[in-house]
Amino acid sequence: MDFSLSEDQRAFQDLAADFASNAMEPHARDWDENSIFPVETLREAASLGFGGIYVSDEFGGSGLSRLDAAIIFEELAKGCTSTAAYISIHNMAAWMIDHFGNSDQRSRWLPDLCSMQKFACYCLTEPGSGSDAAALATQAAKNGDHYVLNGTKAFISGAEKGDVYVVMVRTGEQGAKGISCIVVEKDTPGLSFGAQEHKMGWKSQPTAQVIFDDCKVPVANLIGNEGQGFAIAMSGIDGGRLNIGACSLGAAQTCLDRSISYMKDRKQFGKPIAAFQALQFRIADMATDLEAARLLLHQAAQMVTDKLPGATKHAAMAKRYATDVGFSVVNDALQLHGGYGYLRDYPIERFLRDVRVHQILEGTNEIMRVIIAREIFKD
Amino acid sequence: MKILVPVKRVIDFNVKVRVKSDGSGVELANVKMSMNPFDEISIEEAIRLKESGKATEIVVVSIGPQQAQETLRTGLAMGADRGILIKTDQTIEPLAVAKILKAVVEEEKPELVILGKQAIDDDCNQTGQMLSAMLGWSQGTFASNIDVGEGTLDVTREVDGGLETVQIKLPAIVTTDLRLNEPRYASLPNIMKAKRKPIDVKLAEDFGVDLTPRLTVLGTVEPPVRKAGVIVNSVKELVSKLRDEAGVL
Ligand SMILES: Cc1cc2nc3c(=O)[nH]c(=O)nc-3n(C[C@H](O)[C@H](O)[C@H](O)COP(=O)(O)OP(=O)(O)OC[C@H]3O[C@@H](n4cnc5c(N)ncnc54)[C@H](O)[C@@H]3O)c2cc1C
Repeated sequence: MDFSLSEDQRAFQDLAADFASNAMEPHARDWDENSIFPVETLREAASLGFGGIYVSDEFGGSGLSRLDAAIIFEELAKGCTSTAAYISIHNMAAWMIDHFGNSDQRSRWLPDLCSMQKFACYCLTEPGSGSDAAALATQAAKNGDHYVLNGTKAFISGAEKGDVYVVMVRTGEQGAKGISCIVVEKDTPGLSFGAQEHKMGWKSQPTAQVIFDDCKVPVANLIGNEGQGFAIAMSGIDGGRLNIGACSLGAAQTCLDRSISYMKDRKQFGKPIAAFQALQFRIADMATDLEAARLLLHQAAQMVTDKLPGATKHAAMAKRYATDVGFSVVNDALQLHGGYGYLRDYPIERFLRDVRVHQILEGTNEIMRVIIAREIFKD
Repeated sequence: MKILVPVKRVIDFNVKVRVKSDGSGVELANVKMSMNPFDEISIEEAIRLKESGKATEIVVVSIGPQQAQETLRTGLAMGADRGILIKTDQTIEPLAVAKILKAVVEEEKPELVILGKQAIDDDCNQTGQMLSAMLGWSQGTFASNIDVGEGTLDVTREVDGGLETVQIKLPAIVTTDLRLNEPRYASLPNIMKAKRKPIDVKLAEDFGVDLTPRLTVLGTVEPPVRKAGVIVNSVKELVSKLRDEAGVL
């Protein structure tokens, strides 16, 4: 078992770290305060291969592994967690088209998605169906060579700015087996958007409802087969969970690093606060928890790449643990910064607002436990 | 036109450099190493010349330990065509580097060699000039702009008084300054493609060059820590402190 990164992985990591510190971090505060979706920066990121990290190279992807992606997202999140998280959702949706789409669909959408000339959205959640995603109610009625969609998706990241909506709809019976996955393009008549949600964090990306009102979508846009949609959605989200976990690790790592240098500078009681053992121990625990979370996440990423039987359970464990540890490390970092941590002059409070939602979305951390326990009690 | 770009693996510019406990040098174990930033600028310039149809092939060469191969890969990922690794675990000084590069130039026959003006580890600023002298080629050092003419180069140099443009004949040596260009990132697909580009491995000893350092390092020390400042109450006090304590008046 070799725990060190390969030469390639170090090169990916360096690239992502350079991009995050040069192209993202200097603007992150502005994007956050003014709710700017940084289209140009996203396209620049895509020109480096971040638009389709684990999409195959046939249609413009970078063809890397889930572990490579985790390493990259951790670095990008240090620059701007919210923007890195959007890139991760875009990657997840692009991968679903790459993996489950036919070659017409792949050649039609992937080149523009990999270059981020077009932005992707993943549409599963509905107002009445969050954790119980398989209860979704958006209908797609087949009519000749079209499906007619009616219903509402909620909390959709990238909504309105997005061009390619990967939507889970009901084409059959109740429950998971009656769900299909369909791509809806932006200008389709009958597609509209709700008002932008006002959020605690994740402000560099829009979030809104996506509404279908007799929205006619060609049957050619069906990804995979009818009834396969829920499996496709869950398969995509296994990777999504790793990415979101990695985004939490990145935010936590940079807050930890920032705390360590802050503690060396900040003096109270006549000495740097780094001299207080209670705070040193806090740092020791933060570093230990973060390292453990990273190991678990990297292992899960390898398992998802290798399509091992325990992959879904491990991805759930890693998402739950990395996002919980990520939040608590950032929260501790804020505490170590004292009152200054609460001010916008330091980025800690932004990281805190951004990582908080990672414990809620892509399956809440309670639902992660449901998945883990289900696997454990299976037989 | 074929361009040769020598690149050096150095301690990353972001790393907080620490002196070894025995004072024999700086700590390199478990420290992040990267390509010398001036060399990235050299590669970028070479790539731009190739993209504009003025260069045909870019060869990157590095003299150093096995790990310098990673530095070459970075250059290949940015867009160089092939690499040459000249292996040695010894510390080598600019004179030995220039001698080895001379042999490489004689074998590869480039028309232009673009080097960084200095490496950020020892800041020697000598290799390009020495190589130029040994080959008898013209040199344009500290370049902030390069224009290729008919068998000539117009090189704008950053000199103490501002900028100076010289016209030099090819073949030539150019050393790059900070403002010449902004190096590109190597994209993920290009990092992967770089793995398929060839790297020739040679041994420094095989060049028949005396690699023995001619300088002896007597000691390495941390820069003095900045002392805490004091707030003075009057101009009078300031002047007296400057005169009596700092001794600068
Ligand atoms: C900023 C943001 C962006 C989002 N982006 C997207 C997106 O791009 N695409 C998308 O499809 N969705 C997106 N979501 C939706 C997100 O995935 C859901 O909010 C999440 O799945 C939870 O659903 P819910 O909000 O309906 O909560 P609910 O399901 O109503 O849950 C409420 C609480 O009950 C708990 N709970 C529910 N069921 C159980 C149970 N069986 N056992 C124990 N506890 C349970 C939950 O854990 C939670 O604590 C986003 C959400 C946010 C906030």
